Amino acid sequence: MNPHIDYHALAPEIVLSATIVVVLVADLLFPDRDRWQTSRIATIGVLGALIPVLTLAADGTDRSMFGGAYVVDNYALVFKGLFLVATYVTILLSSDYIAEGDYYQGEFWFLLLTSVLGMVAMASARDLISIFVALETISVPTFVLAGWRKHDTRSNEASIKYYLIGVLSSAVMLYGMSLIYGVTNSTLLTDISSKAGNLTGSMDNLFIVAVFLTLAGFAFKVSAVPFHFWAPDTYEGAPTPVTAFLSVASKAGGFVALLTIVYVGFYPSGHSWQPVLWGLAAASMTIGNLTALRQTNIIRMLAYSSIAQGGFILVPFAVAGDSGPAAKSALEAVVIYLLIYAAMNLGAFAVVIAVARRTRSAEIRTFAGLGQWSPALAVLLSFFLFSLAGIPPLAGWFAKFVMFRAVLDAHTSAAAVIGVIAAVNSVIALFYYAGVARQMWFREPAIEDRRPLRVPPALNAAIAVCAATVLVIGVYPQPFAKLGELARIARF
Amino acid sequence: MNWFDSGWGLTMAVFLPGVGMLAVLAAPKADETLQKAIALVTTLATFGVTIALAATFNYDKKGLQLGTDKAWIDVINSRYHIGLDGISLPLLLLSAFITVLCVIYSWDHFPEPHNPKAFLALILLLEIGMNGTFVAQDLILFFVFFEIVLLPMFFMIGVWGGPNREYASIKFFLFTLFGSALMLLSFLALYFIGPNTFDIPKLAALHGAGIVHSTQNLIFAGMFLGFAIKVPMFPFHTWLPDAHTEAPTVGSVLLAAILLKLGTYGFIRIALPILPEAARDWAPWIGLLAVIGIIYGALGCLAQRDMKRLIAFSSVAHMGFVMLGIATLTTFGINAAIFGMVAHGLITGMLFFVAGSVQERFETRQLDRLGGLLTQAPKLGWILGFCAMASLGLPGLAGFWGEFPAILSAYNPASGIAGSEFVVFRTYMVIAAVGTVLAAGYLLWMLQRVAFGTVKPEWEHVHIHDVHVPEWIAWTPMLLLIVALGVYPNIIFRVTDGTVTRLFGG
Repeated sequence: MNPHIDYHALAPEIVLSATIVVVLVADLLFPDRDRWQTSRIATIGVLGALIPVLTLAADGTDRSMFGGAYVVDNYALVFKGLFLVATYVTILLSSDYIAEGDYYQGEFWFLLLTSVLGMVAMASARDLISIFVALETISVPTFVLAGWRKHDTRSNEASIKYYLIGVLSSAVMLYGMSLIYGVTNSTLLTDISSKAGNLTGSMDNLFIVAVFLTLAGFAFKVSAVPFHFWAPDTYEGAPTPVTAFLSVASKAGGFVALLTIVYVGFYPSGHSWQPVLWGLAAASMTIGNLTALRQTNIIRMLAYSSIAQGGFILVPFAVAGDSGPAAKSALEAVVIYLLIYAAMNLGAFAVVIAVARRTRSAEIRTFAGLGQWSPALAVLLSFFLFSLAGIPPLAGWFAKFVMFRAVLDAHTSAAAVIGVIAAVNSVIALFYYAGVARQMWFREPAIEDRRPLRVPPALNAAIAVCAATVLVIGVYPQPFAKLGELARIARF
Repeated sequence: MNWFDSGWGLTMAVFLPGVGMLAVLAAPKADETLQKAIALVTTLATFGVTIALAATFNYDKKGLQLGTDKAWIDVINSRYHIGLDGISLPLLLLSAFITVLCVIYSWDHFPEPHNPKAFLALILLLEIGMNGTFVAQDLILFFVFFEIVLLPMFFMIGVWGGPNREYASIKFFLFTLFGSALMLLSFLALYFIGPNTFDIPKLAALHGAGIVHSTQNLIFAGMFLGFAIKVPMFPFHTWLPDAHTEAPTVGSVLLAAILLKLGTYGFIRIALPILPEAARDWAPWIGLLAVIGIIYGALGCLAQRDMKRLIAFSSVAHMGFVMLGIATLTTFGINAAIFGMVAHGLITGMLFFVAGSVQERFETRQLDRLGGLLTQAPKLGWILGFCAMASLGLPGLAGFWGEFPAILSAYNPASGIAGSEFVVFRTYMVIAAVGTVLAAGYLLWMLQRVAFGTVKPEWEHVHIHDVHVPEWIAWTPMLLLIVALGVYPNIIFRVTDGTVTRLFGG
């Protein structure tokens, strides 16, 4: 019997796949001087894939395929939307960077879109195998993207490091998944969930080991401490737009996988996953922040800051199993945090890319006096950084707020402890974010050329989208809060 | 004016400065007069709106007025709830009033690196946060406004401040952020453990019902840290002298006159009414820190060589009196505290203005390099003398009505305060009274060193301008108000008493 295929539900993936083929062929056929057109095709493809996401959202019915392994519900749609919009912004960030460097343009867009296809699929995956396939589809193209500046040894190092650690983590994860299959006799998350709560004795112990290995694999993907060592080197070496993509979209892909697997699969067996995620959250926040304090390169600083932000995103996970209401507000918190984080982090990278066009450097001291020679960019970068620090009225405060809300909804002492750790960390984080602002505003310019900076229109558009989101959501968070509420997993 | 009474007026009082800020930012960079004019018109209009609010305010009615309660973030149950009562009104007026004067004073006093556009935009942004905090009736809304003031003040100190500005600005930011992070945790705990609302009047009406006593104490601790750092109370005060010393004159004035009040206002608006049981447990400790602050601040003053730093330490002492009044939990003490807040705002604001003008003329604030101001700029010298008298609590001037009733209220604190309350608070009273003597000591000592004596040789042949026109315009209203409030303190007591009695009486 042929499986039932719902083409409407699969439309975003189909549009993306078609675009990928077109980009590849176009790159082959177009003469050299027209290669930049491929970025247009990619843009149209990504925005085109958004249309079915919107029609599916308007339709509103949950669609399930392949025996429940692939589900299109509000939860999946919110994330598909996030991935596509974040990719659109990434394309805006990259188009000038890629066109101006001596790079193979067509392949760049091909690889980027393939990774996005993996993300869009990930949002719907509800089965260990489909999750694994989606995760690899996200990761493999990014290994190549990280090494895009192939004449730069740092970029080579970035790629190799990322590749080796990525493969290692996949292996660990697969081993964990195979054990899960051994214990529960199924790869379907809903089946795993129905068995996970009733395990006893040695089976339960084995399940704990299996869950630990699986989570460790995901911890590599989302660069949670102590599995974070690849991130700063890879972020620094990769082309900056790729770094932005890795630290936002690809990271969000990992978090979505984690959300799905924990909420749909492991939830009833709280003792197996909660302590692990609690530890990862506390360590990521603390180590990420303390290391970020010492950075002199803004990309490395943003890398460690994204590790710390990942820790904040993990905090709601750590308390999700404590009660029904806690699970609900934790899920909302993660979704809202990811949405806001995407806007503010992409914005910060966009400004860094714009400034580096003049300074050709990512050292924090090259930002000295930016407020004098390019006040608009300095204001915007300040917005994004203080938003990351969680200062109202910028959107970041609401992300932190929902995170704390989930923590206090849990009513347990473990939750209270991680709440205090998170509070202290959010103060530490301010120090390095404000450090960049200090360079930009309190110091004299370090460079000779002080003419106002001309920013290409695409990059301007990227910055504008992010800035508008950060400001509007900061003052009126209701739209994102609503999305967080909509993105519910059936049981919660 | 139906629309005005139903919340739009109050909303304007909060967000009009935002409109002005955008206009200032949109103005051409070269046209500084236009930028100044926009800022002046906006702050005047905002002040006008607050005056209109005060005129429509019904002084005999209990409860909140002129406010509104609209949906804001439904998902978390937080609403755009604003309103005025007798506690908010004087502080809102003070905030709008001082901001106007700061813009006037700045007219030709922009510190290096100049850039009036950015400076004025920051003042206006600051005003949104200050005005908003005083009218917010929802904990999350309060939190957002409470935090909005951080960024502009951070930049004001960091960009336009003195030599040690980088250290001072980040210290200010980190201290207050630490407090507010814990405060936010407390608000959330209150929400989940309590009645699932962020609405301040609703929470206050419940008096902490349904929350276990020990939990109340913990929640209070978080709020206490948030507010006490802002006040600042001893031992959280160390950011204040640095911030004040390094900040530009207008920054110091706004910091002293309004920002510190956000902390004490938080106690009166949120911590005490919502968690009265915990407040009674904490009161003796708050009182203790308050009197330590009074004595420590005064002794600190006596050790200073820098005029601004001296005034900053005097702020620690004066806010100690305010906190002592609050710690008694009596209507008498809290009325005195609110009066003290307004009086301190006017008087210390004035002192910082004068210190700024002295620095501008002599390019130093070192007390041992100054002297004989009365010879060289007699008007400035007399204004300094007047403010010093007001600050030390001379009867007939505003400072007296903040300090004296606060001390007196400690004689008879609210019943139910834990421990052997009367002995403890009467001891505090005696210590605070000693503090007033010390205050007279350091203020007169400062006056003597700056204004009296002979002109130091290095300034003998330098022409020192007496008070400028913008200074007169900015200062006269404040000086008049200091006298008016001193002669007829009922202007404020009449406004506050009804609300204070409603919240804290019985």
